[in-house]
Amino acid sequence: MPKGIIVHLEVRGGVVKRASLEALAEAQRLSASLGGSVTALAVGPDAAAAHAASGSVKLLTCPLEHWSTEAAANALAAALRAEDAAFAFIGATVQGRELAAATAAVLDAPYLADVVALRANGTTLEADRPIFAGKAVLVVRPVALPAVVSLRPGAFASNAPVAGAPGSPLAHTPDATALRVLVTALAAAAAGRKDVSEAEIVVSGGRGLGTPEAFQMVEDLASVLGAAVGASRAVVDLGWRSHAEQVGQTGKVVAPKLYIACGISGAIQHLAGMTTSRTIVAINKDPEAPIFKVADYGIVGDVAEVLPALTAALKAALSGR
Amino acid sequence: MHILCCLARVPDTTTRIHVAADGRSPDLKDAQWIINPWDDYALEAAVQLKEALGGEVTVVHVGPVDFQKDLRAALAKGADKALQIQTTGALGPHSIAALIAAHCGKPDAVFLGKQSVDGDVGATGAFLGKLLGLPVAGRLSALTIKDGTFTARREIEGGVETVEGSLPALFTLDKGVNEPRRAGLKEIMAAKKKPLEVVKAEPLPPRLEALKLELPRARQGGRIVGTGAGAVSELVRLLRDEAKAL
Repeated sequence: MPKGIIVHLEVRGGVVKRASLEALAEAQRLSASLGGSVTALAVGPDAAAAHAASGSVKLLTCPLEHWSTEAAANALAAALRAEDAAFAFIGATVQGRELAAATAAVLDAPYLADVVALRANGTTLEADRPIFAGKAVLVVRPVALPAVVSLRPGAFASNAPVAGAPGSPLAHTPDATALRVLVTALAAAAAGRKDVSEAEIVVSGGRGLGTPEAFQMVEDLASVLGAAVGASRAVVDLGWRSHAEQVGQTGKVVAPKLYIACGISGAIQHLAGMTTSRTIVAINKDPEAPIFKVADYGIVGDVAEVLPALTAALKAALSGR
Repeated sequence: MHILCCLARVPDTTTRIHVAADGRSPDLKDAQWIINPWDDYALEAAVQLKEALGGEVTVVHVGPVDFQKDLRAALAKGADKALQIQTTGALGPHSIAALIAAHCGKPDAVFLGKQSVDGDVGATGAFLGKLLGLPVAGRLSALTIKDGTFTARREIEGGVETVEGSLPALFTLDKGVNEPRRAGLKEIMAAKKKPLEVVKAEPLPPRLEALKLELPRARQGGRIVGTGAGAVSELVRLLRDEAKAL
């Protein structure tokens, strides 16, 4: 009977991603009930740097010149077999979701995608999976082991990174056919630009802004708060904003500490992408807009009047600290 | 060139979800069904590749319900052949992939949306790639195929990756990769004469057992702080002192 958990550590620019630290902490918490050990695996160009956050767990490394999802999935499957582990845990970042699906395919195993809660039940796990972008949550368990789990970033607690011993090489040689698709470059987003899926505060704009130029008011507010800029599907479809900023069922699902919706009416597909935010503020001139039904605080008014005032007031409030 | 495009059938994104009587599945009997929005980009990419390099685009759908109207719409947008693999019972990504792999030959290029907007799993492409022996380039927001090789973009948290490889390959696509076309009347008429086949098949057993479906707790929203710019100072006070969100 396989036991134990292999946790993939995603390393970017020499730093282990927080989503991976969350997966590691959750694996350690669950292994107390499941039995078996937790082993970390880092794959790719930055694998050697993973020990800066691997803490007390055993670390295996599989360096690659360029990231290949297929090669990483083969390595993760090899580590799982070598350790006779029951679960592979992967932070559900963009890279992580690709890797998790590929690993499930290599192992021909059950896959629990983008889970937000896990519970040990005997020798297996039960998971809460948001479906329909969070309009419902499905509780599932795998019918066989091993199983692959991707864990939604931000849904699990993490510990501060603790350095561990340098990793030992995984006994696995990447197959050349696994290197057919490679990530050959990474262009970092412009300095100060935060991604909506990772930011603690998101300021989003919708069609109520009236023009693409009016988004400058959203940018200004976001800049005062150190927030990411989000957008409704309507303005992305109009070509005002990049699809990378789109929040909702066909965009990104976000759950920041503070979500400020500016000129967004609150179509159900948008609400699905942001209603688990901790605090929601809505500014809209239509008092009947559905966004007010989910907002903790609403201001009824023209964004062109309210936003500059809010930006100025927050600037003053935050500089006074 | 044999180009394959996989289309999922999903409830429209305006659909409200209710829990069915069994307590562990969604009740979707009132839903409007559409082609998965991300699969529209897959169809467009498949047709563009055919237009550039020649060959034939086959669209395939796996599912229990008659999907012929939507498959005809895909034929009108430039696909050449359509296949529905009609199943009964629950479908996981592994069984959708297995049925497609068993019925669709050896494609040179395969296109799917990055995930379907109902289950939000995003693994059918990975399973299908594995079964067909094709490398997978996933979640792409730009894709250029030239002289048998491709260069693509994948947007990750805080950056953009360049992804490179060569055909044959399987691609899963994100919004932004192209602008899906609309079909004209002439194309819609022509699509009626294109081949559309329906075969029946049994899916593999599911790999996840659904225990319960829950709806998220409704938010206690609806508190209007005030009207216009005059409400801003009270909002800032509430955010700082009550919500502790600053």
